[in-house]
Amino acid sequence: MRHTLSLLVENKPGVLARIAGLFSARGYNIASLAVSETLDPTISYMTMVVEAQDEKILEQIKKQLNKLIDVITVTDFTKKEHVDRELILVKVKYSSKDKTKVENILNKYIAKIIQHKGDTAIIEAVGEQPQIKQLLESLKQFGIKELVRTGRLAIGIE
Amino acid sequence: MTGAQILIECLKREGVEVMFGYPGGSVLPIFDKLYDASLRFILTRHEQGAAHAAEGYSRATGKVGVCMATSGPGATNLTTGIANAYMDSIPLVAITGQVKTFLIGNDAFQEADITGVTRSITKHNYLVKDVKDLARIIREAFYIASTGRPGPVLIDIPVDVQQKDIEFIWPEEVEIRGYKPTYFGHPGQIKKAARLITSAKRPLIYAGGGVITSGAHHELTELAGKIQVPVTMTLMGLGGFPGTHELSLGMLGMHGTAYANHATMNADLIIAVGARFDDRVTGRLDAFAPHAKIIHIDIDPASISKNVKVDVPIVGDAKNILGQLLEEIKKIPDTSDWLKTIDSWKKKHPLTYKEDGKIKPQYVIEQIYEVTKGEAIICTEVGQNQMWSCQWYKYTSPRTFISSGGLGTMGFGFPAAMGAKVGCPEKLVFDIAGDGSIQMNIQELATCVCNKIHVKVAILNNGYLGMVRQWQELFYKKRYSYTTLYNPDFVKLAESYGAVGIRVTEKCEVRQAIEKAISVDNTVFIDFHIEPEENVYPMVPAGEAIDRMIGGMA
Repeated sequence: MRHTLSLLVENKPGVLARIAGLFSARGYNIASLAVSETLDPTISYMTMVVEAQDEKILEQIKKQLNKLIDVITVTDFTKKEHVDRELILVKVKYSSKDKTKVENILNKYIAKIIQHKGDTAIIEAVGEQPQIKQLLESLKQFGIKELVRTGRLAIGIE
Repeated sequence: MTGAQILIECLKREGVEVMFGYPGGSVLPIFDKLYDASLRFILTRHEQGAAHAAEGYSRATGKVGVCMATSGPGATNLTTGIANAYMDSIPLVAITGQVKTFLIGNDAFQEADITGVTRSITKHNYLVKDVKDLARIIREAFYIASTGRPGPVLIDIPVDVQQKDIEFIWPEEVEIRGYKPTYFGHPGQIKKAARLITSAKRPLIYAGGGVITSGAHHELTELAGKIQVPVTMTLMGLGGFPGTHELSLGMLGMHGTAYANHATMNADLIIAVGARFDDRVTGRLDAFAPHAKIIHIDIDPASISKNVKVDVPIVGDAKNILGQLLEEIKKIPDTSDWLKTIDSWKKKHPLTYKEDGKIKPQYVIEQIYEVTKGEAIICTEVGQNQMWSCQWYKYTSPRTFISSGGLGTMGFGFPAAMGAKVGCPEKLVFDIAGDGSIQMNIQELATCVCNKIHVKVAILNNGYLGMVRQWQELFYKKRYSYTTLYNPDFVKLAESYGAVGIRVTEKCEVRQAIEKAISVDNTVFIDFHIEPEENVYPMVPAGEAIDRMIGGMA
């Protein structure tokens, strides 16, 4: 099962390597990871989606992360009110006769065309992961040439 | 002050009296300052020896051990020692030189990314890129190494940082926002634990290295006596409870006593104190202690419920928590029937070996125990020598048994004994070795002799890598694949270094040889030619429940 964690960590070289190293050394899986500086430049915020077969492993992941000296806090969003989003950039190829069809699809989401060159458009979309998944399904018929995604970003409500 | 001077000043302020290490190109500025510093520096003959010696020193004294090496190969040679300290939670500060900051990443001569290499075997590590950070980092390193669940911390210092001049400012306070160990048990959990203990019929204390680290031996002895609960120890816990105490069951696990293992499997309550349910202790995990509720006291929350599910976790320092429990427990459980049962197991399945006139390793260790009256510091190598040392010497006080527990490092014992002797010069220090292990760091004979660090090495020489041979005998149809050793003449070898060598080939010479070794004011190798195919029993085959023991059941 997938769980979303957020971490506040020291914004120092090597911190990401420590976290990645912990996951590989202990055989845990990271599904996605997003890292950026916070308003306090000495602290980075990480949103991490981890795969854990059971509660015991999830507990271990959190405890082991907490043990790292450079990790300041670990928050588990599994049972915590939060909002999460993912941003994607997707390159879609379609002919001009499909233009309205594509636009109609995009209108159902928080999505827009940000670049258009020849028969290829770059679409930006933001949403929760199920919506993103749906959008990608609908765009498949035209031909997705390339896709990049941020991975999940999450923030607590309280 | 230069970075090198700052380092030495900080080490002094941290209370460091001695360090072990080896010079090289990338630590020359530091060694130049060591030349007239008041710190004692012990030049080992290999960096691995330095790391193990620092650990032995730490384990014997309770202080932080310090070792130093140059960049590249010097640093990588420390890694086995660092990993060993990490697995056994021993406070160690390892200082390495690094190539100049502008050369880092350039594949420079003797460059190795040692912070990258040691990331998973240190509690924390630092690459000092700016001399301004040096004093703070050293202070943090000692703090992190010695607090919470202790462990090794590495500081990598480039040559130019060692050379750079800056005003020295000693940071009075250490403030690390991501590191706040818990020292006292949660009162609610203490109450829950006390209730379980009071109502238990067959309770057992399972004590590990945490008892020794936190100095909880008095509290443990008091608690066990007060509530009349037997105590079994892990390898790391030996000495944390007197082995001579009537409530002691000795070690449990793969080569534990039969009565300790039976007690574990029949207990209705296990009170784990500073132990981590290692696979060598639990055997088959799903069959471990099937009737027991578990109270787990540990300073490391990640140790709790890692391997077995715990009913009452208590995070904190063992000494504090045992003290809290002593106050909380008002009603004493009735354990008289349970103690009777255990007593019958003790009578029925004592530790034993067959006497047939040959030199048995168990006999050698019994004799060392008798001659030293149980008051020596015993270090061991890894393998049969180590298991026999756990079984046949009774450790009555903490920090008297020093052995590579988690990592199982052959070659650990001799340099560790050297470090222990440096830390406790008034104590008699033995390394109980095998003929295989001793050759893994035998070069430290030179260090011992020239620094007059007089340790006594009892080599249980069976001409085999004994423990591997034992597994081959029992589980691989006696196909002794590459476990037969060709050995040097250990007596002549010791003599060539200026040490003393004694060869023992008859049982009647054993005691005399030990007495002579102790009386000689020098490092001594005693080469005991023991029964070659003697096995360590009892033994729980890998992956079996711990009451499925073979051998030695009398």
